[in-house]
Parts: sequence; C-alpha cells; structure tokens
Amino acid sequence: MLVDEKGMQEEVIRMSGTEPKKCMLCGKCSATCPPSMDMDVRPHRFVKNVKAGNIEALMESESLWKCLSCFACVERCPRGVEPASLVEAVRLLVIRQQGKNYLTADDIPELIASDEEIPQQLIVSAFRKYSK
Amino acid sequence: MLVCWCGSNIAGTVDINTVVEASKREPGVVYATDYQYMCAEGGQAMVRRAIEEHSLTGIVVSACSPRMHETTFRKAAAAAGLNPYMVEIANIREHCSWVHKDKEVGTEKAVVLMRAAIAKLNLNTPLFPGESGVIKRALVIGGGIAGIQTALDIADAGYEVDIVEKSPTIGGTMAQLDKTFPTLDCAACILTPKMVDAAQHDKITLYTYSEVDEVSGFVGNFSVKIRQKARCINSKLCNGCGDCIEKCPAKKAKSEFDEGLANRKAIYVPFAQAVPNVPVIDQTQCLKFKTGKCGLCEKVCLPKAINFEQQDEIIEKEYGVIIAATGFRPLSPERYGEYGYGQLPDVITSLEFERLMNAAGPTGGALLRRSNGEKPKSIVFIQCVGSRAEPDKGKSYCSKICCMYTAKHAMLVRDKYPNIDVSVFYIDVRTPGKNFDEFYRRAVEQYGVNYIKGMVGKIAEEDGRLRVQGSDLIEDTQIFVDADLVVLATAVEAQASARPLGTMLTASMDQNNFFSESHAKLRPVESPTAGIFLSGVCQGPKDIPETVAQAGAAAVKALGILSKDKLIGNPCIAGPDELLCNGCASCEKVCPYGAITYADKEINDHGHRTTRHVAEINEAICQGCGACTVTCPSGAMDLKGFTNRQIMAEVDAICR
Ligand SMILES: Cc1cc2nc3c(=O)[nH]c(=O)nc-3n(C[C@H](O)[C@H](O)[C@H](O)COP(=O)(O)OP(=O)(O)OC[C@H]3O[C@@H](n4cnc5c(N)ncnc54)[C@H](O)[C@@H]3O)c2cc1C
Ligand code: SF4
Ligand code: SF4
Ligand code: SF4
Repeated sequence: MLVDEKGMQEEVIRMSGTEPKKCMLCGKCSATCPPSMDMDVRPHRFVKNVKAGNIEALMESESLWKCLSCFACVERCPRGVEPASLVEAVRLLVIRQQGKNYLTADDIPELIASDEEIPQQLIVSAFRKYSK
Repeated sequence: MLVCWCGSNIAGTVDINTVVEASKREPGVVYATDYQYMCAEGGQAMVRRAIEEHSLTGIVVSACSPRMHETTFRKAAAAAGLNPYMVEIANIREHCSWVHKDKEVGTEKAVVLMRAAIAKLNLNTPLFPGESGVIKRALVIGGGIAGIQTALDIADAGYEVDIVEKSPTIGGTMAQLDKTFPTLDCAACILTPKMVDAAQHDKITLYTYSEVDEVSGFVGNFSVKIRQKARCINSKLCNGCGDCIEKCPAKKAKSEFDEGLANRKAIYVPFAQAVPNVPVIDQTQCLKFKTGKCGLCEKVCLPKAINFEQQDEIIEKEYGVIIAATGFRPLSPERYGEYGYGQLPDVITSLEFERLMNAAGPTGGALLRRSNGEKPKSIVFIQCVGSRAEPDKGKSYCSKICCMYTAKHAMLVRDKYPNIDVSVFYIDVRTPGKNFDEFYRRAVEQYGVNYIKGMVGKIAEEDGRLRVQGSDLIEDTQIFVDADLVVLATAVEAQASARPLGTMLTASMDQNNFFSESHAKLRPVESPTAGIFLSGVCQGPKDIPETVAQAGAAAVKALGILSKDKLIGNPCIAGPDELLCNGCASCEKVCPYGAITYADKEINDHGHRTTRHVAEINEAICQGCGACTVTCPSGAMDLKGFTNRQIMAEVDAICR
C-alpha cells in the first residue's frame, strides 16, 4: 500500500493544533530542550520535517521516545509553534498504528513503577491523549 | 463624457465605443468622445476645448482611479472656467479592465460605473474651498537626535521652533552611546555640538523637563499646552557650577542616564554635557521634600537659584505644524526567564553595555563584570531578544539596529581587549545599509568574533561563571559556552507615552504604538493628520543615519506649510441640516478630529421659532471623512460633494 504522506502531515497538524509554517528556524526549542542531545531529530528539525511532510521518517525517529513532554520548547518558542505537540501527534500516529492507542487509569501504577523519575506531566499528557 | 483608453490598459478589456455610445443616452449628456491618453497634454487640451465649445456645466471622465488623476482633470476644468468640483471620475481601469479578463463583462461594468458617475454629477453643485492662516512656528516633541535635527533644519530656514523634551536634557539615546556604527566615531563628539547649536540658535526655544498636556486646533493653527515640570531651580539664575550637586547627601537614586548602573544625587544633571546645564531636584529622593530637613544645596548655591517652592508651569503657545520625535526605549528582557536578566548580575542589555564601555560611564570605560568587578575572559552576545516574535511573545518586527550594534560591540571588545573571547548567537545577520555588511564581515574576519547560528535556551550560573546553553544550527547540535558576561540585544520598543500623545494629536498609531505614516512609500514622514510630521524612531526602528535623513525630510515637509501664508482647505466637508438635527451628540463622539461641537441656536422651523441644541462643524478642522454622516440617526449630517442624495443616485443608477 502506498503511504499517503500528505494525508499524514495534515493529520499531524490537525491533531497537534499547531502550525509548523510559523517556524523561523531560530533553534531556540532545541537550545532549550533538556534531552535535545539524545535526539536524532532535534525539535527544530522535527518541526521542519513536519513542514516538509516527512512524517514516515519522523515515525521512525528516536526523538519520539526521548521527548519528555516537558513543554519547555512550547514555552520558549518565539513564533508560537509547539514542537512538543507535533512530537506528541506523531507519537500518537505510531501508537495508534500499533493498536496500542489506549491508556487506562489501571495502567498508571505500573507505569510509575517502571521508572521513578518519570515526569508527572508526561503521564498527564499521555493520559490526555491516549485515553480517548 | 470623456472616455480614456489608457493605451491598451483600458481599451484592451473595455469596448470604448460602447461606453461612449451608451453615455449619449444618459440624461444631461450633451457631448461624448474618447481619447487614447486623456491625462496627456493632448487629452487635457481636449477636456478644456470640450468645456469651452459646448459650454459644459460638468464633465465625467471615465478613466483610471481618481487617486491617480482627479487633480489633473480638476485643474484642466478650472483652466476652462468650470468649477473643479463639477468633475466626476468613473474608474473604469482599476475597477474594470484590471480585474476582468472578459471584455464583455468589463464593458458592461464600465457602462454601469459611467452611468453612476453621471447620476452623481447631475446633483453636483460648485464648491469653494475656504482659506485659513498659518502660524509661523513649529513644535518638535522629543529632543533626541531626530528632534534636534528637525528643529535645526526648520530654524536654519528662518522659522521659530520649540522643542519639548520630557527629560532634563536633550540628546536622547544617542547621548548614552559609546561609539557609533558604521564609522565608529564617538557619539558624544558628533552629538554634543548639535545639542549646543540647538540651544544657542536664536530661533530655537528649548522646553526641557516638559511634556505636552493638551493639543487642539488644526493644521496651521494648533494650540498647545506645555507643562514645564518644576525643576526647583531658577534656570535664569543658575550658573551651572555644580556646587549643589557636590554637597547633596542623598545619593541613592539610580541614574537613568547610566541605565541604573550607577547612582546619582537627588539634585543632578544627567551627564556632564547636558543641555541645558541646569540641575533638577528629584522630589522623590530629596531629603528636604522627604523629611523637611537638609536644604544643603540651597545654602551653597551662590546665585540663590534653588527654589523648593517652584511649581509646574503651564505654557500655552500656538503652532502651525507639529513634529513627533519621541524615539524609543529598549524592551526590558525580564520576561524571558531563560536569560535570567534581573537575577544574574552579569546578564546585561546592550544599552547597559554601551554605558560600561563609555569613558564617561560608571566604570570610566573599563569593561568589568557586575558581579565581582573583574575583567571578563569570555563574552556572549545574544541577538533578536524580544524581536521577530508572535505578539504575545514580544515584538513582531525586526528591530533593525541590533545586528549592527552587536557587531560593533563585539568589534570594540576585541579591539580593546584582544584576549577576551567573543561569541554572538544569531538567527540571521541582517545588515542592509551602506558599508554595513562590510562592517559585520570585519568583526568576523579582522577581529575573530565567533558567530553561532542559533538561539540560546538557558543561562545558568555555575562556579561563578555563566553557562550559556544554545543551539548551533549549522552543526545541528546543542552547545555550551562559558561566559563571564552576557549581553542581550533587546528589541526596540515605542515610548510608553507615544500612544497617549498620538491620541492628543489625533495622529494614527500602528499596532506596535509607532506613529503611522500617511503612505508607506510616498508619504513616509507625514502623519495622515494634516500638519503632523514624523521624525526618527517614533515612526519605526532605524539607526542614526536614517533618523537624521528622516528628520531632514520631516523639516522640509513642515516648511512646506510654514512658508505659506494661507492654506486652501478641502470643500468636501460635513454640515448639519439644523432642522433635522436632534442634538443627540452621536456625531460628536465619532468625529476623529474633534471638528463637531454643539451650540444652542435659534431655529426658524417653517415660521416656528425655537431654541435648539444642534451640531456645529468647524470647517477648518473637518477632514471630510464622513464618519458623522453615517452615524447621524436623523440623517441631518451631510458631506458636501458626497451628499446622501448623490450616493443614492449612484446606487440607483447602478441598480437600474
Ligand atoms: C544599544 C544601542 C546601540 C546603538 N548604536 C547605534 C550606532 O552605533 N549607530 C547608529 O546609527 N545607531 C545606533 N543606535 C540607534 C540610535 O540610538 C537611534 O537611531 C537614535 O537614538 C534615534 O533617535 P531618536 O531621536 O529618534 O530617538 P531617541 O534617541 O529615543 O530620542 C527621543 C527623545 O524624545 C524624548 N521623549 C520621548 N517621549 C516624549 C514625550 N512624550 N514628550 C517629550 N519628549 C519625549 C526622549 O526623552 C528622548 O530624549 C543604537 C541603539 C541602541 C539601543
Ligand atoms: S523555537 Fe519555534 S521558531 Fe524557533 S526553531 Fe523551534 S519551533 Fe521554530
Ligand atoms: S517537550 Fe520534548 S521537544 Fe520540547 S523541550 Fe521538552 S523534551 Fe524537548
Ligand atoms: S536587527 Fe538583527 S538582531 Fe535585531 S531583530 Fe533584526 S535580525 Fe534580530
């Protein structure tokens, strides 16, 4: 089956509610991002790739699982782009594709037990997106 | 009826002959013809001939937009003895040929517009513009380099100029600078002679420590109330010796001139070359005002110039023109938590940096860390702080000067202290301007400044140094630079007082509180309000060369009015039908120029005499915008040349 990159791009933009075309490539998000150095596609390039429609490549990227959902990039971006929301949207595409698109309240204790350091915001974020 | 081809511009999409023939069937049309270029000398001669030969009482020219050639055809009509307001233009170029491709559609619309113009013309009456005198004096608000230059240019042409400056001295931001790009000459060396010229010019009067309280009137005849704040010094007696300052024990106030990096006394002159060289008592700091005791300055002042009782004084003066030159302020970077400005003493703004580098500054020109007074080993500059952002994150525009002054700062540091490492974080380096890019390249090539493309995400204190965490976008990596001093190139922001002043002047402001120009390209130093001109950064970010050029341009435009004895008004102004006016004051509220007042008048309503409260128009102030005519609930307001009947006749003709 041919992958509909354009359709996926539209879906990511719709889900994230943010507009990658507003990005001016200043790099502030990647400068701010705590795990930026562990990412293969750093936040500014993540935005750039959504803009270019390379969603499939992003779905393969390590960054999806490195992002802490700390929203520091969202807070700092001077252009009002929300890189974290784009990361989340692509992450959601991947998870949905795998049929794992549900997170119930019962899963939370196990999640926390798996990693003491897990940021609370990530859980809230995940719960917001994956419980629907 | 005169139909223009505009070469193929109109004739290509509109069938000229159809328009001419159709017009002949319209009521009142006695003659119709066409020509290739009606605006050319041949066309204008044809207009004049047609009027004379056929004794025409009005003409319609179907041609381009009235913005383009209405004046041309009005002049031609006047030359043939026809009242110029008996000319109507049907715009069959912008409204027809330029927006339609199909000739049939274009022609049909041209016929309709032609008909509407004829319907209106049939109701036109000759109009005669009024005249008003011109007060031969200019007011300049703001005494930075912009205001000084405009005032000097007007004064040199022989007219009186007053400068109202809110701070105790003229000079503005430029007086605070060290050296200036692109030539690196010292700011004081080129500015202070101009300040002195302005003070000594017999045509210029300085009102420093003063603000404009109230403005009324109109072009040629403004009345202005100036509030001269109490200096608590009799300027006529003060000889500028400075003994008072020497003795003043209250020394905790932050010096505005040194951007708070040094203290000043309660009685002070902002800097040594201040003009006028007369101190001011800061009443919030003075012990005499705070506790009733002290008065040391009064005791030591030989000429007895100190006067604690002095009150604000209101000066009322009249002016023919007003020039806004209120400049700017650098944006405060406190809201951007990532930089730690306000918390980390070694994070400073560019204007603070100018003071630190200045030989007359708080450190005597030695570049020292704010935290421990030591010489820095590494300095990081960050550009675009607060610029180029979404409106809720800062300023949407590029501040235009910071790329250049940052290159200047970097170069000056490397020149004075070759051992200090200098890095600059940037998004883009924007250096359009004569010798500007060459200047920036010199910073890189000759002075070895390290430019890093990317923004900074965080600055943290670590072991007494600053760790700057940023992006290096070329390397696509996050980098850390250890610095002892970080300098933020903050956005240019309009003065807080600009908008209230704009409201007083009825001058329009843009969304960023800069004064709007009348036309971005063709009228860049004129406000849309007649008689108000714009000089310097109050109109938008610019450097000194551009500011001075604009200041001169504003002076020339102002002189264009000052040199006239009479101003011809616009006869297309509003007027109430007093029989219909119910005195509701709706129109007074919407008039952007304050041209409407109310008066009790005796009205003769078909023999029935009553006294009524009715609207009155000041014909010299009304600009003919028509806001009142559409607001009036009783249809009493009408605009000459655009009466309700005329507009309805046009609509009828279109719908016919
Ligand atoms: C850090 C820094 C470095 C710079 N370096 C350079 C350089 O090297 N070369 C260069 O070409 N340009 C430089 N500039 C730009 C330069 O400072 C400006 O172009 C210039 O000062 C603009 O002059 P202005 O008169 O329009 O405004 P200002 O200098 O701001 O003057 C405005 C004056 O109006 C007064 N005022 C404001 N509001 C009112 C009011 N309501 N009533 C009465 N008075 C009022 C103010 O007190 C002030 O005196 C630099 C700017 C900064 C911030
Ligand atoms: S901070 Fe915003 S504008 Fe800058 S690169 Fe990241 S997403 Fe783009
Ligand atoms: S939300 Fe993700 S991408 Fe954004 S700064 Fe945090 S970790 Fe980095
Ligand atoms: S002039 Fe340079 S530093 Fe200033 S806002 Fe524009 S791009 Fe940024």
